[in-house]
Amino acid sequence: MANATQTAGDGGGAVAVRHEFDAKARSQTSIILGRFVRHRLAMVSLAVLVLLAVASFVVPMFLKFSYADTRAGSYLRPGGGHLLGTDQLGRDAFAQLLRGTQFSLAIAFTVAISSTIVGVLIGAVAGYLKGLVDSSLMRLVDLFLIVPQIALTALLVHAFAPSWYIVAAVLALFNWMQIARITRGEALSLSAREFVEASRASGGGTWHIVFKHLIPNMIGTITVNATLSVSTAVLTEAALSFIGLGVQLPDTSLGLIVQDNYTQVLLRPWLFWGPFLAIVAISMTISFIGDGLRDAFDPRQTKVRA
Amino acid sequence: MFQYLIRRLLISIPILLIGSFLVFILVASAGDPLAGLRTKPGVTAQQIHSLSVQLGLDHSILVRYWDWLTSFLRGDWGTSVALGEAQSPVFTTVSSALWVTMRLVIGAELIALVLGIGVGVFSAVRQYSIFDYLMTSVAFLMFSMPIACVAVVVKNYGIQFNDLLQSLHLKRWLTTAGPPPGGFGSNLGQVIVSYSGTFLLPTISLMTISFAAYSRFQRASMLETLNADYVRTARAKGLSQSRVIFRHAMRNALIPVSTLFALNIGAIIGGAIITERVFGWNGMGTVLVKAVSNYDPPTLMGWFAVTATVVVVFNLISDLLYGLLDPRIRLG
Amino acid sequence: MTETIDPNEPLLRVADLTVEFPTDDGVVHAVRDLSFDLKPREVLGVVGESGSGKSVSSMAILGLLPRSARISGSISYRGQELNGLSYNEMRKFRGNSVSMIFQDPMTSLNPVFTVGAQLSEAYLEHHKVSKKAAWAKAVEALEQVGIPQPDRRAKQYPHEFSGGMRQRVVIAMAIINDPDVIIADEPTTALDVTVQAQILETLLRIRDDTNAAIIMITHDLGVVAGMVDKVQVMYAGTVVEAGTVDDVFDAPRMPYTVGLLGSNPDPSLIGQKLTPISGAPPSLVNLPTGCAFSPRCPLVAPVCHESEPDLLEIGGAVVHHSRCHRWNDLAGYEDPKKLFARKEIGAEEPLAALLIDNPEVVVEEHLADSGDKKEAAS
Repeated sequence: MANATQTAGDGGGAVAVRHEFDAKARSQTSIILGRFVRHRLAMVSLAVLVLLAVASFVVPMFLKFSYADTRAGSYLRPGGGHLLGTDQLGRDAFAQLLRGTQFSLAIAFTVAISSTIVGVLIGAVAGYLKGLVDSSLMRLVDLFLIVPQIALTALLVHAFAPSWYIVAAVLALFNWMQIARITRGEALSLSAREFVEASRASGGGTWHIVFKHLIPNMIGTITVNATLSVSTAVLTEAALSFIGLGVQLPDTSLGLIVQDNYTQVLLRPWLFWGPFLAIVAISMTISFIGDGLRDAFDPRQTKVRA
Repeated sequence: MFQYLIRRLLISIPILLIGSFLVFILVASAGDPLAGLRTKPGVTAQQIHSLSVQLGLDHSILVRYWDWLTSFLRGDWGTSVALGEAQSPVFTTVSSALWVTMRLVIGAELIALVLGIGVGVFSAVRQYSIFDYLMTSVAFLMFSMPIACVAVVVKNYGIQFNDLLQSLHLKRWLTTAGPPPGGFGSNLGQVIVSYSGTFLLPTISLMTISFAAYSRFQRASMLETLNADYVRTARAKGLSQSRVIFRHAMRNALIPVSTLFALNIGAIIGGAIITERVFGWNGMGTVLVKAVSNYDPPTLMGWFAVTATVVVVFNLISDLLYGLLDPRIRLG
Repeated sequence: MTETIDPNEPLLRVADLTVEFPTDDGVVHAVRDLSFDLKPREVLGVVGESGSGKSVSSMAILGLLPRSARISGSISYRGQELNGLSYNEMRKFRGNSVSMIFQDPMTSLNPVFTVGAQLSEAYLEHHKVSKKAAWAKAVEALEQVGIPQPDRRAKQYPHEFSGGMRQRVVIAMAIINDPDVIIADEPTTALDVTVQAQILETLLRIRDDTNAAIIMITHDLGVVAGMVDKVQVMYAGTVVEAGTVDDVFDAPRMPYTVGLLGSNPDPSLIGQKLTPISGAPPSLVNLPTGCAFSPRCPLVAPVCHESEPDLLEIGGAVVHHSRCHRWNDLAGYEDPKKLFARKEIGAEEPLAALLIDNPEVVVEEHLADSGDKKEAAS
């Protein structure tokens, strides 16, 4: 408990410290949650994102046309049950858009979660054990960073069946390096702190220290970076699918829908702007949520010192 | 400093070797270069076998890697095996693509850097002003836009602009499908018009994300230096605001952004794929997409070797810049 | 420059200085009704806990507070009002008439410029001379603060200097324009004890050389006792006691001063226990009603919660001021420090007995230990 409050305890600045004597000290989690809830932009973004995600799964049940239904004519204008018209193959563009959103979100969250787990474990172990383990793990990071990630991703996705989870797995494989570097830096400085030394002195093993002391104390950094990597994953996936080396039928994604329809940008703008705006909405709301989280975990970064 | 660079260079060599070996395995296991032939009617098993011997496919991966490495270092990068590529030499393909991409990327990155630094410094100095909020929103928007969509939109408005010029009986100015084959013209005026018309749209599309990144990065590091004790000291000396901001705060805030710049160029050389594709430039990105789609191992290996070397070189440049800009590093 | 100064005319006169910062959590009352005069060659000590308004008031004098600060009252330098001047109007005073030495020498020099360049820049700002002449002046200033081989050292970067040497550089920067007032904001806090003494000695020597007045901001009572003429004790943004060092230290008339003196480990107190003040300083956003010190005061009476006392003149060798309803009662106690003694802290008898019985025991360690325990408990 004492450890958990350590990092953010000095975060509130002079004023907050003095407040402890005015009111009962609140728990760290509720302070952070409170700060996040007060971040208006982040809360609005969270609401929009949740709404988008829920809508992409729920709304298709009420639509007249399924995403796979090609019986309607090619390139119908919006109206007559087709909210956004139909695409070249006669599929309902709105149903396609919702389905693309489902897949893009699924890919992005899978990538963010798995790459964060890998990155945090590698970074924390490297930073804690130092020495040979550290330098070999960091060389591994260098190795992964030396070639453009999108190129390797494209190569691997092309080699395997390009279903959504393969794309997600490959994206995650080339996305953990940044978080590993950040985590290593934090782990290096944390493992010099007294509570880690104390735990080591009382016989705590590597994994015990990593999971009980290091990771709980880096939770702010980890959460913020995981959030931001969701946004990166959405955009990278869109880029891959756009050049035809990402998700392929029968799966789909927002990037693939853009790729299908970008030639229509002037003629039938609704076909292009729908997926475009959906990608922007997802990635932007996630950035704002990340920003709100950062402010909540570390208010020092945004406030100027008086 | 010199010793440090040599040491960094020596560390890079094994990383490049191991990296190229791993990529070689990856490329080799990612497909079958003769897959196209196997299904082609009229090609006998005998022909396929002799071709695979010719490509060295009957040897172990280690031998094949060694062969590739030695001939690569000798300058023999092999020829394309993709159908329809007419056995074009990899060296020519990759080096001309590198030249095309470099011209595009370095120009766009430099403009993005200059604009980003300007906006970042001004946003930091006027923190929480309307300008700051506006630029923050612009940066967030730019970060959130898929570059493919930006390129498509920019391209189409470019075409409409050209149509407008034409309807006014003017020449179409903006190029939306690759650099002109015959160079940029003879006299200076022509060169400027043609050059700017060629580069304008892809540069805008490449710049967006980099500009957003530089402006945010510069704003953050500028805010940090503006709050630094030595800036307070500079103010306490009686210096003017502009001297405090531009000499004391900005000089320090430029250190991280310039190293980021060098790293970025290295990374973007292989990452300009979308812009090149949309605007029809035959750069590194286009070469990669073709090589992956057609499964062309020699071209892929050449491509990866070149981009990895470029990344390593720009990492070194970034270190060098850091050492030049920060006297604390100079001795190390 | 001394010829033009009437030694009895104050150089700097601060009257009713109040500084407030509006924040999301409310208005922070950083400085409240601060007044003092500073005469040439005078050394004024300002003592108090962190957050008591010491540094904010000195930044206000130089006009270096952020724009959001609301400053009222008067700051006059040789009869000229400084409060309300714009950044540019203040420039001719900064570093020239009033200069400042900051707390942390590690961060207060710009890492990317040579020491000589930073010093000559300060000189060039206020003198129309060639760069070469300014550089010569920089070398001279380095010599003045006792840096060996000043011409060679001037070409070096701050990171090539030790902490003590860097603080000398900062002092050199503060004196290069012969200012009348030097504000030293905890100049020795970040340094080793032996280096501290050297730096203080350098400051006093410079005072003698240049006749500058010094405002010495510190929380180290030892520093104050050693070099200061007048002392001001600050608490919660305002002065609670002021007077000569002898008056304030020997006959404190404000319980806070008593507590501060009792919290200071001092070789003369060997065998006695530290008597720290319980609790923490009040929030500057929600000050207690009445006297700001009342929640922690052992002498607290109902009147203390009703109104904040004025800073009263209570006699003394020169002028002794106290902001306390019960200053007169305090005078009645023989050892007022005992007021702060609390049962729950530390061992009562053993520590003192131990020290008396074994003079060889490392005294500092014990004192430091017990100090830590008390802090942790509070």
